[in-house]
Amino acid sequence: MSIDISVRIGDLELKNPVMTASGTFGYGEEYAEFLDLSRLGAIVVKGLSLNPKEGNPPPRIVETASGMLNAIGLQNIGIERFIREKVPFLKTYDTKIIVNFFGDSVNEYVAAAERLSSVHGIHALEMNVSCPNKQAGWSIFGTDPLVMSQVVGAVRKASGLPLIVKLSPNVTDIAHMAKVAADAGADALSVINTLTGMAIDIRTRRPKLANRTGGLSGPAIKPVAVRMVYDVYKAVKIPIIGVGGIMNTEDALEFILAGASAVAVGTANFIRPTVSVEIIDGIAAFLAQEHISSFHSLRGTAHES
Amino acid sequence: MIEVNTGTDPLLKRAFSLFRITGKDLQILYRVRGKGTAILKNMKEGAYLDMLGPLGSFYPLPPEDQIPLIIAGGIGIASVFSLAERLAGRAIVFYGARKKYDLLMFKEIEACAHELVVSTDDGSAGRKGTVAEAVEAFLRSHASLIASCAIYACGPYPLLKTLAQMTQEYRIRTYVSMEEHMACGIGACLGCVVKTRDGYKRVCKEGPVMSATEILW
Ligand SMILES: Cc1cc2nc3c(=O)[nH]c(=O)nc-3n(C[C@H](O)[C@H](O)[C@H](O)COP(=O)(O)OP(=O)(O)OC[C@H]3O[C@@H](n4cnc5c(N)ncnc54)[C@H](O)[C@@H]3O)c2cc1C
Ligand SMILES: Cc1cc2nc3c(=O)[nH]c(=O)nc-3n(C[C@H](O)[C@H](O)[C@H](O)COP(=O)(O)O)c2cc1C
Ligand code: FES
Repeated sequence: MSIDISVRIGDLELKNPVMTASGTFGYGEEYAEFLDLSRLGAIVVKGLSLNPKEGNPPPRIVETASGMLNAIGLQNIGIERFIREKVPFLKTYDTKIIVNFFGDSVNEYVAAAERLSSVHGIHALEMNVSCPNKQAGWSIFGTDPLVMSQVVGAVRKASGLPLIVKLSPNVTDIAHMAKVAADAGADALSVINTLTGMAIDIRTRRPKLANRTGGLSGPAIKPVAVRMVYDVYKAVKIPIIGVGGIMNTEDALEFILAGASAVAVGTANFIRPTVSVEIIDGIAAFLAQEHISSFHSLRGTAHES
Repeated sequence: MIEVNTGTDPLLKRAFSLFRITGKDLQILYRVRGKGTAILKNMKEGAYLDMLGPLGSFYPLPPEDQIPLIIAGGIGIASVFSLAERLAGRAIVFYGARKKYDLLMFKEIEACAHELVVSTDDGSAGRKGTVAEAVEAFLRSHASLIASCAIYACGPYPLLKTLAQMTQEYRIRTYVSMEEHMACGIGACLGCVVKTRDGYKRVCKEGPVMSATEILW
């Protein structure tokens, strides 16, 4: 029995529900020698800004219990170079290309979205709102409902591509933030980005990361992410992409049951470059084993009483 | 990059140099440092390990007319050993450690080095002092050779930094193998960067071996 595991995220049709989380899969080419990129539901590339960004000084990474903190500082080659040097390569694969992007002002978000939307070979945009807002004292876009509504609304008007908003978990009420993003025009939500954290070296008595704080990812954050997907599912109608600590098929399915339509695999790519493909095969095998003919029917079933 | 366990803590793979390849064996030489290396140490013979590699750059081999100076601080020997072996009998090897006990593979290195200069911090073997001091003493007493020397070094950051400053003064071509915390090992996470004249470079991809003059120490 061949099982259909294709999914729709707004107008975006994915051949399977597994994509790669932004910042953990480079621009795709880094992984091309380990797996067939055409097998992926989608590739979400490293976050891009209009102008290249140098990123933070090292150390940028520190391992913590079942997780890691990163403070890469959004280093990227900039949108123009991406379009020139990476898109032609990505276009040779039969998968969907989702471009994660950010800005430090509403204008920059809009300009980035406009530029990316004119490029053949880019299928959807994912907005990273977990970054600082220059115009508001470097507060985080995605933690203030009014600012988020403004920036998502402005980008919505600027782009005809499917628009995914990636929510920051560093908020009190993620369901509320989800509603704000949906009302402002998001077609889908990625839940969640990294949780802000810190690790301190007890010998030097200084934070281990040069940036002091970093984003926590990996298995340590999975229960938080699952709960957030569960809450967001109750609050909005639009599709959810579950992200956070997914290491294997069972983890991915947990997100689907909580309400996600698809998943993105992040930190696990660092440990097993082929893990996304293993999860795709694992999901199909699970459905066959359990005699489930429709992947879609699993979504949100943890909510049934 | 080696996966030291299949659970989630430790989570990330650990970076090791390919110490030596002999026939069917691929060897690493490591120092127990924390959780990951402790797990390796307790592994039983015949156990399986997942590994990704070889990754990154190797030392560019010196032309025939050059005198290679190989410099190892502590466990840095793991990185330069295969170079010394390849340059069979050509290299002058400077090997420093804290104490005699920490000098590993001594006989093997002696066998493949043209000359071996040992130093220990406590003087329990060879010259007392740091390996950088040993190198400096050599350069001072062999001024006429300096123009034909090339340096290949691996060791703790302070050692590499001292060497880089010193060899710049003497205008000796110097290659260093850098260390940074790594997550992916394949250039994707941008976690392992060092600052260079051309911006941040990834130790796992553009490195670990880099030209010392390129790095902003
Ligand atoms: C390119 C490269 C080659 C290396 N080659 C060797 C080798 O041949 N032999 C050897 O003994 N060691 C080598 N190291 C250092 C080795 O990777 C660390 O000692 C090891 O990761 C420590 O892991 P742990 O779990 O025991 O220590 P922990 O302190 O528990 O590790 C915690 C985290 O810090 C990272 N980490 C700790 N120390 C270092 C370090 N010095 N460099 C990079 N990451 C570190 C670990 O990878 C891990 O993510 C190399 C490092 C690099 C980057
Ligand atoms: C090294 C690293 C870099 C990341 N870079 C980005 C980024 O540029 N943009 C973004 O929206 N999320 C970024 N993320 C967050 C991930 O996409 C993901 O949301 C998060 O890591 C949680 O998933 P995981 O636990 O499976 O890694 C990054 C994560 C890591 C570990
Ligand atoms: S370890 Fe990920 S880029 Fe080098």
